Parts: sequence; C-alpha cells; structure tokens
Amino acid sequence: MRFKFRAPFSTAIAIAVGLIVLLGYIMPISMLIGLRLFLLQWAVILAGVALIIGVANLIGVHWHKIHTRQKGSLYSVILIFALIGTVLVIGGFGPTGYWSMWIFNYIQLPIEASLMAILAVALAYASARLIRRRLNVLTIIFLITVVLVFLSVTPVLGDMFPFLGDFLHPWIAAVPATAGARGILLGVALGTVATGLRILMGTDRPYSG
Amino acid sequence: MSLTVTLSLGFILFFFIGMIVFSVLERRRSGYQLRRIPAFARLSRAIGLSVEDGSRLHLSIGRGSLTGPESAAALAGLSMLERIARRIGVSDRPPVVTSGDGALSILSRNTLESAYKAIEEGAQYDPNAGRLSGITPFSYVAGTLPLIFDEQVSTNVIAGHFGGEVALLTDAGERSGSLTLGGTDSLPGQAVLYATAQEPLIGEELYAGGAYLRAGGMHIASLRVQDIFRWILVLVILLGSIAKLAGVL
Repeated sequence: MRFKFRAPFSTAIAIAVGLIVLLGYIMPISMLIGLRLFLLQWAVILAGVALIIGVANLIGVHWHKIHTRQKGSLYSVILIFALIGTVLVIGGFGPTGYWSMWIFNYIQLPIEASLMAILAVALAYASARLIRRRLNVLTIIFLITVVLVFLSVTPVLGDMFPFLGDFLHPWIAAVPATAGARGILLGVALGTVATGLRILMGTDRPYSG
Repeated sequence: MSLTVTLSLGFILFFFIGMIVFSVLERRRSGYQLRRIPAFARLSRAIGLSVEDGSRLHLSIGRGSLTGPESAAALAGLSMLERIARRIGVSDRPPVVTSGDGALSILSRNTLESAYKAIEEGAQYDPNAGRLSGITPFSYVAGTLPLIFDEQVSTNVIAGHFGGEVALLTDAGERSGSLTLGGTDSLPGQAVLYATAQEPLIGEELYAGGAYLRAGGMHIASLRVQDIFRWILVLVILLGSIAKLAGVL
C-alpha cells in the first residue's frame, strides 16, 4: 500500500497545538494551562485576521458577480456600497457612536426582525408540509406535541384548559423533551470527541500547507 | 489528580485506543456494515446526479467559531466536503461552500483546493467557491439565499452550527426545487431541521458523514467506538436509574 503523507509540517503543528490545548484543559498543570491560554489568544487573533480575509473574499465574490453581470448583481452593488459605508461610519464615529448605532438600530435591527417574522411563517408552513412529505408515527407525535405546547402557552386556551398549562406542558418539557434532548446531546458529544480525535491524529486535515 | 480529570483522561484515552484498534481491524478485514441513513443514501445519489446534469451542490457549514466547541460540527461538514469535492471534481459546476466564520471560510477553500489537487484537477479550484456569507445568524442566511435560488443548486447539504434561522435555508431549498439534507449540533436547530429538511440528520448522524462517504477506515473505526461508548452510557443511565429507585443514590 502506498502511503502519501500530505502536508507534514502543518499537520505536525496542528497535532502539537491540539494536544497542548487538550492537555491544558484536562490537566491542572500551571505551565500547560498558561500555554493553552497563550495559544488560544493566538487563535483569537488569527480568527480576527481570518474574518478580514473572509470579508475580502465576500467583496471578491460580489465584485465578480457585478463584473460578469450575473443575476442579482444590483444587490451585490448595494452590498459593497453598504459595506464600505458601514466601515467608514464605524471607523469615523466608533462602534458606539451616534451614526454607528443609527445604522444598527434603523437598518440592521429591522432587517433581522423582518427575517425573524418570515421565519415564523416558514416554520408554520414547513410543519404543514411535513405531513405531506414524511407521514409516519414520529411525525404525528412531533406535530401533536408542537400543537399541544403551543396551545398551552396561549393566554386564552391556557386559562380555559388549565390542565394544558399546569400539567401537560411542564410534563412534556421535563420528561420526554429533556430525555430526547439528553440523548441527542450525548450523541453530539460522542461525535464531537470522535471528530476532535480524528483531527488530533491527523486523519482529518481540513488544511493544506 | 481529581476524579473528573482521571475520568476525562480515561475516556479520551480509551476512545483513542479504540479508534486505533478498530482502524487496524478495519484495514485487515473491511466488513463493517453501516446502518442505512436515508440522508446519506440520497446524498450519494445527488452527487451522481449533479455530475450528470451539471448542477451545483451547496454545502453550508454554519457559523460556529473555530475556537469554540461548535467547531466540531463544521469540521464534520468539512470532512464531508472533501469527499464530495473529490467525487464532483470533474463536474462542470464544482460544489460551493458557505460559512459564517472567517476561519471556516479559509478552511473550506483550503479543503476544496487540496481535494482538487488530490484528484489532479487543480485547475478546477475556484477561490470564490468557499464563501463567507455573513457573520450573524440572519446575515448568514440572507447572504446564502441568493446562492440557493440563482446558482443552479440541486442539493443543499447543511452540516454545521445553526439555530432556528436554518428554516429559511431549508425553505429556500424547497422553493427552488432542490434537495435539502442536514444536521446540526444545536438542539433548536435540530428540531427545526427535523420539521423542515427533506432528510434530517439526527444527533451523531451528522458526524458520521465521512464514514458514509468512504473517507477512510478511521471514520468507520470512530463510529464503532462511538457505538461502544453509547452502550456503556445506556448501561450507566439504566443502572443509575435503578439505583435511584432503590434508594441507593
């Protein structure tokens, strides 16, 4: 079997740094803890630099869309102007300055609130679509639970049927929902450990070098 | 050394040894049957179809920070990306990746580049295929929606850290007629994906992507160790419940 070791230098650095951070997290040795915090500080700085590179990539993608006159390139023009404008305003007035907060309060917040409102509609529609797409016992249990929990938190029905709000909702939240959530979280935790160990062993290498 | 430290070290050490042992066994005799997960069966078909009909596959690896615990979900997504890129490398429309974190967007480009180099199709690599869509939950979604609608996407793979906002992505996938499958590490995101994705990945299924896309023996070995630890946890929970009922604990 031919074994080709890809990127030995960056793999060695990744494994060494990963091991130090992991051991510093588990073992209470002051030198390891200090080294872990130092490396994490580096990681935070690098994440900041990566964000700048990411924004440059974002501009590049939208510039390419404008340049090649792709569908929706007008939105790309708006995005680039908005990005430059926001950077200039925040650079000039500071992140908590009047105009910076104006952009946040009167542009970003309303847009995100609108998307949140659309999300509620999209979820209601998706729940109805679920019956058509995947009609089985689990789907029926899921939808009945959603409806019962919704009914129990509405002011009118919650008062009319106190059984819903006083017993059923707390029982669903405390017993089946908690049990299911813990089961899922245990699975996620095991998957996280497995993924982390594969990266530490160098079998998964989402980097080149 | 405290009990917690000993248990943590023991857990990681046994996990590590288990992965080594099972990967050696897997190399000697590859016969471990993976249970059928419909999402991965459909993904394999979708990969083939996207090569045939020249459509694009979109992978969304979420907005988890690389320095936080939620990075594991995105790293699982990246290992899926590597396999997908190798299989679609010869397609007219290479896969495109969106992320909500600068470091993840760099890693996604790096993964794509190394996957193309591995199949000797380095010229296929497009730096614009790994994109930072937005760094807040809704800006990320807003930045990703045009891609789903306008870039002839036939399959959306959602594998990373997401909250409830992921419903907008799955809704866009549904309306554009593309297949949407996905999983996340967050509980609200899981509930939303269960209701809205055509093929949801529940819990640890998200991390099994590499094994199902044949990323190597170590992926299958890690699944086997996860199974063992799951049974141990089930036993501990049952014994704990019995002990609690009996008044011992």
